[in-house]
Amino acid sequence: MSHRYIAAIDQGTTSSRCIVFDEAGSIVSVAQKEHRQIFPKPGWVEHDAEEIWANVLDVVHGALQKMSITVHDLAAVGITNQRETTVLWDAETGVPVHNAIVWQDTRTDQLVRELAADGGQDRFRAKCGLPLATYFAGPKIRWLLDNVPGVRERAERGEVLFGTMDTWLIWKLTGRHVTDVTNASRTMLMDLATLDWDDELLAAMGVPRAMLPEIRSSAEVYGHATGTLAGLPVASALGDQQAALFGQTCYAPGEGKCTYGTGSFLLLNTGEQPVQSANGLLTTVGYKIGDQPATYALEGAIAVTGSLVQWFRDNMGLIASAPEIETLARTVEDNGGCYFVPAFAGLFAPHWRGDARGVIAGLTGYITKGHLARAVLEATAWQTREVVDAMNADSGVELTTLRVDGGMTANNLLMQFLSDVLDVPVVRPIIAETTCLGAAYAAGLAVGFWPNTDALRENWHRAAEWLPSMEAGVRERGYRKWQKAVQRTMDWIDEDDE
Amino acid sequence: MDGRNGRAAGADRTPEGVGRAAWSKVDPASFDNVERGCTVIRMPGPIQSIERAAAILRLLASGARKMGVAELATALGLPKGTVRGILRTLQHVGFVEQSQDTGKYQLGAALFHIGSSYLDVNELRTRALNWSDSLAARSKESVRIGTLHEGQVLVVHHVFRPDNSSQVLEVGALLPAHASALGKVLLANDPLDQLDDAGLVGFTPATCTDPERLREMLAEVRARGWASDVEEMVEGEVSVAAPIRDRRGVTVGAIGISGPIERLCGMTGEDARTPRVELVSYVREAARAISRDLGAIPW
Ligand SMILES: Nc1ncnc2c1ncn2[C@@H]1O[C@H](COP(=O)(O)OP(=O)(O)O)[C@@H](O)[C@H]1O
Repeated sequence: MSHRYIAAIDQGTTSSRCIVFDEAGSIVSVAQKEHRQIFPKPGWVEHDAEEIWANVLDVVHGALQKMSITVHDLAAVGITNQRETTVLWDAETGVPVHNAIVWQDTRTDQLVRELAADGGQDRFRAKCGLPLATYFAGPKIRWLLDNVPGVRERAERGEVLFGTMDTWLIWKLTGRHVTDVTNASRTMLMDLATLDWDDELLAAMGVPRAMLPEIRSSAEVYGHATGTLAGLPVASALGDQQAALFGQTCYAPGEGKCTYGTGSFLLLNTGEQPVQSANGLLTTVGYKIGDQPATYALEGAIAVTGSLVQWFRDNMGLIASAPEIETLARTVEDNGGCYFVPAFAGLFAPHWRGDARGVIAGLTGYITKGHLARAVLEATAWQTREVVDAMNADSGVELTTLRVDGGMTANNLLMQFLSDVLDVPVVRPIIAETTCLGAAYAAGLAVGFWPNTDALRENWHRAAEWLPSMEAGVRERGYRKWQKAVQRTMDWIDEDDE
Repeated sequence: MDGRNGRAAGADRTPEGVGRAAWSKVDPASFDNVERGCTVIRMPGPIQSIERAAAILRLLASGARKMGVAELATALGLPKGTVRGILRTLQHVGFVEQSQDTGKYQLGAALFHIGSSYLDVNELRTRALNWSDSLAARSKESVRIGTLHEGQVLVVHHVFRPDNSSQVLEVGALLPAHASALGKVLLANDPLDQLDDAGLVGFTPATCTDPERLREMLAEVRARGWASDVEEMVEGEVSVAAPIRDRRGVTVGAIGISGPIERLCGMTGEDARTPRVELVSYVREAARAISRDLGAIPW
């Protein structure tokens, strides 16, 4: 009866989870633990990597205990992680030299601006697929090298190591210093064509090669765990959004998924060639299974979706919980002409306008909180529409179905509206936990728990489907008004604003 | 039940937000009233009997123990007759309940249904999402979550049968309470007793249309913690359901599976009209897991 299950560790921004899956891809057990968010200064966000490691061990053991199973019942464990969060540690002692710098942290703002001054924001885009931005790991490493005394010299000698959270966990579990292609593709240091660290990028960013992990595929046995999980093969690593793409079984070019959480991330499989974006999307590695060629993806990130619902709840106080927004929105027939563009920190893909700020357009004396609730939900759908349009233009293939997951997919009103404005079917798979599932799938492939991706596709089942039912004229008028509202967000920030 | 009848088809467009009366539509014309509406309301003095009723409720709420009339009268320094009169009225509106055997009083279930006790149906769906998915995956049948709405079952969540066949989302559909497993669970645990004796329509020969017999069945459902419908709504269809409870033990919804009798029931004889044991336990486990997430004490 051994090796009946696969475990996945999801090391996320607010918590770490472990989910145990059976062969059908069904959830057998779940354990979760939150970790501290450390805010040393405005705009700075840190995590304690040691705390995260302790939590990860806790949740793995917790998930096993809940079902009274042991490590011997597991065929392998896979890892998926918050992307770009950066930790440096002492190779000898294993002690981090500083708290991990979280992806949201903007301390590298100045550094990124300096790097962009010389060649523009897109100077590395052709090679690494990314614009210069504070999110990515490269600038964060540079900041640590510049600001933690003594670290640069030791990093040059390979005495201090770099890792994103996948690397940190694999190192803690197995003692190996490796990362996978998807996580490496978020550093700005990897060449998308060679899938190796690039000397020119390393030199520009000022990062010594000696501190970097070896780049491996997303699905292979990196090593076996020691300690309390002794013997367990650690067999996959994928950034969270890539894991969701994998868990949604988007294995063919043109297949894509959108994860609707705090923010939302649309990834489209573009096949074995990276596609450069002319419309402000990111080019990234989707996954790489063992020796097979890498699969690339286009990524559109929408900063404010679920967080707008939270804002509506916490800052406006019009609802007591996020799901209640649907109840409120259903008190009215439509948005009453009201549009809400949540450009709270500027406009992202595909506009990229830092000078924009949010607007609520079309207000009249007729508008009630119900209309506002509709406008809040519709904002998520219209923002998706903009990203899908950009993807269709970049990739030359039309999205035919959108696979969705994440907390907001519980909202039927939103999912129907999404299908209406995209004019394609929207489908939710039976396992909403696609991130963990993707990591489990990749690990299972690596150890032969599942034979191939076809077997995984057979596990994918529709839990719900929303079909477009909006008249074309209504859709076009709505989109036109949305675009007008977007125009009204721009040019708000002035030179002398704080 | 999928694609079964006209009632369900297209029903997903009906509003689900029927629950919360507080959010009624604002009539734009009512803006005018704001100006005119500043009538002075003369405050009457406190009404003694309401104050006393409140004191009784507070006392009953303060301990887990049931209390008798004499005990309450002593605690409040009131004549027993006064206390008894107030209790009778409170019992009439469902705010207190009297124990059959001891004659002592406790807070009534209706009290739990006012104020903050209402669980928004969209919240229920969100909280139940993962567990209803795994129930569908384990049972390989479609899953529905329902709440009572004016004596019928309102479907608030629907997970397709995981076989990738074409199915239509039935959220917003209404099911007859007395002829569905979801409905029986909800009626059996409904403190307001919304059973409409006159509305017991027969859908198949198996539908129970006799109020007496139905009440007996509901008592049994309440005792064993789950319900089934064996061809009581549609010939050849079976459903199984169990209650979802919140932290106060109030039933806020029911979750269940449904499908053809050949898959849901046993093979032969008696078993052929009895839902399979493992399916019943999947449903009950899902119901318990959701209840646990809502804060209910494990039972
Ligand atoms: N029923 C709902 N309707 C609208 N938004 C919701 C609903 N349920 C959850 N959300 C939003 O979804 C987000 C949580 O989704 P989740 O997938 O857990 O996100 P994350 O993984 O980013 O924390 C929150 O921002 C919340 O506001």
